Amino acid sequence: MTAVFKNPVIRWIDHRLPVFSYLQHEANDYPTPKNLSYWWNFGSIAGFMLMVMIATGIFLAMQYTPHVDHAFNSVERIMRDVNYGWMLRYLHMNGASMFFIAVYIHIFRGIYYGSFKAPRELLWIIGVLILLLMMATAFMGYVLPWGQMSFWGATVITNLFSAIPVVGDSIVTLLWGGFAVDNPTLNRFFSLHYLLPFVILGVVVVHVLALHRFGSNNPTGIDMKGPQDSIPFHPYYTVKDMYGLGVFMLFYAFWVFFAPVALGDPDNFIPANPLSTPEHIVPEWYFLPFYAILRSIPDKLTGVLAMGASIAVLFILPWLDRSPVRSGAYRPAFKRFFWTLVFVCAILMFAGKYAPANYWLPFELTIVPPEYMAAQAHLESVDALWPISFAGGHFGIQIITLGQIATVYYFAFFLVILPLLSIFERTLPLPLSISKAVLESHGGGAQSSSAAAKEKA
Amino acid sequence: MADHAQSAPGAGGTRRDFLYLMSASAAAFGTAAVVWPFISSMNPSGDVLALSSIEVDISGVQVGQAITVKWRGKPVFIRHRTPEEIAAAKKDDPQVDPANPKVIVANPAGLRDPQTDASRVQKPEWLILVGVCTHLGCVPLGQKASDPRGEYGGWYCPCHGSQYDTSGRIRKGPAPLDLEVPLYAFETDTTVKIG
Repeated sequence: MTAVFKNPVIRWIDHRLPVFSYLQHEANDYPTPKNLSYWWNFGSIAGFMLMVMIATGIFLAMQYTPHVDHAFNSVERIMRDVNYGWMLRYLHMNGASMFFIAVYIHIFRGIYYGSFKAPRELLWIIGVLILLLMMATAFMGYVLPWGQMSFWGATVITNLFSAIPVVGDSIVTLLWGGFAVDNPTLNRFFSLHYLLPFVILGVVVVHVLALHRFGSNNPTGIDMKGPQDSIPFHPYYTVKDMYGLGVFMLFYAFWVFFAPVALGDPDNFIPANPLSTPEHIVPEWYFLPFYAILRSIPDKLTGVLAMGASIAVLFILPWLDRSPVRSGAYRPAFKRFFWTLVFVCAILMFAGKYAPANYWLPFELTIVPPEYMAAQAHLESVDALWPISFAGGHFGIQIITLGQIATVYYFAFFLVILPLLSIFERTLPLPLSISKAVLESHGGGAQSSSAAAKEKA
Repeated sequence: MADHAQSAPGAGGTRRDFLYLMSASAAAFGTAAVVWPFISSMNPSGDVLALSSIEVDISGVQVGQAITVKWRGKPVFIRHRTPEEIAAAKKDDPQVDPANPKVIVANPAGLRDPQTDASRVQKPEWLILVGVCTHLGCVPLGQKASDPRGEYGGWYCPCHGSQYDTSGRIRKGPAPLDLEVPLYAFETDTTVKIG
């Protein structure tokens, strides 16, 4: 397994600590399916974003003061006085959004191509764990500038734990270190916000180790059957990853330099005031779907459980989708339900953004308060309105109802549709091998027989 | 990398070599352009630089007394020297070329960092110095009447025993240079602006 190196120093070290052999094996020769599409770029892009977040974060922490009296001003000082402080902060702020974009695409790719299926279940579960850690890190980071949305976001999210019966209130007090979100809360959030990215880094290493056990999945979802199906990772995928990364960095740079606050909330430019809640509290865009699920259920405990379940269901995904065919490309029915799921997640994001009582008029592309709908329908009270209303020729659907329909689909997709599809779906014939599939898509010979779906399982 | 270069036809100077060189240069240039803002952010920020000068009222400092003020986070010594201290400082002056006072022609007192007292003060009775030992940055003693001032009546650094004279010149101990004279100007007879 040890590689031969020309440089005697490297050879000396490698003989005693085979780190270079390991790199040669896992990052250079590493046999990779030769048909990976650009959807496979987002793993390395997410890894790159983690590095960016750690680097900018370390330098921001050199200037930041975790104290309720100084936090907001120290961030303003970073923006105004620190050399390139504005750039570090905007890279970090927008970097969080870019990290989530990359990770969400990475997750949807995994669902579509069945990358979670045997033998990669543990790889998938570790990935969901990374998502959870990211969410905790992003939430605590958002509290640090100590603006209005920081403070009230922290209040609302920590209060979720008060839904737990009996011990809920004690847990919330423990999280706060007091009787409200205050200086002790800010201090511990800063400490944990600095710690967790390194925990994520460790879990990412485990994620990559688990990946390299069986190698990458691929758009056909069938296993590599020999050297003809694979190419070495370097230079083919290092170059492909770098190209994709370059394009992604252009996208990232657009936000940082041309719309740095577009993804944020204007209320967070007001210093935190524990005596006055902003009119409308919304999380950052990447939490909106989960927020919509929380609000869809009018009961406190059930709402919190549903929000938790929306992530938890991902952990058991490998045992919900039992179809032996991995790739969605060969599953016509699954494909439709999958894209509906993507659309529904967008709807959830939309529903999470607006006040639940409002009405969305899809044909007029506008959102109106319930009073407007009641007036259109000549009703005296908004209580008489239906959640879906044709008041005065205006078709409107209440935001909360929209969220509820989307929530039902979200859970149905995982808990009902996938298990049923596993039994009833007629899948398309699989290509004999990755090589055959590649040649066919370029006008090669006709396909007569098909490969077994999962040989390593 | 070398393994794959073999696939290119011909020995040296292939298109692939050119691409490697260009990609590596672009990556190196890009990395440097990204690293610079990070390094620069650690330099003094705008609000720190804005505090770089202070005004001090010296009307209350009697002959023989000294005060310490904080400038850029460091102590500045302002000593109202007695005629004896001025005379002691001048006595050990090196001889300079009258045409060019910066050129030392003789150094009878054996000063380690020879400077004339006149070159270190604007008004002989007011000696203004950065109170940081040039050895390793401690604050020398000698501002208070009860402090040890060393053999030369100036300042004595408690950390490693450097001794300075009544012009703040290093005379004994490990420090290599005289105490630094900051940039300053007398705005009135009783106000001095430092920095």
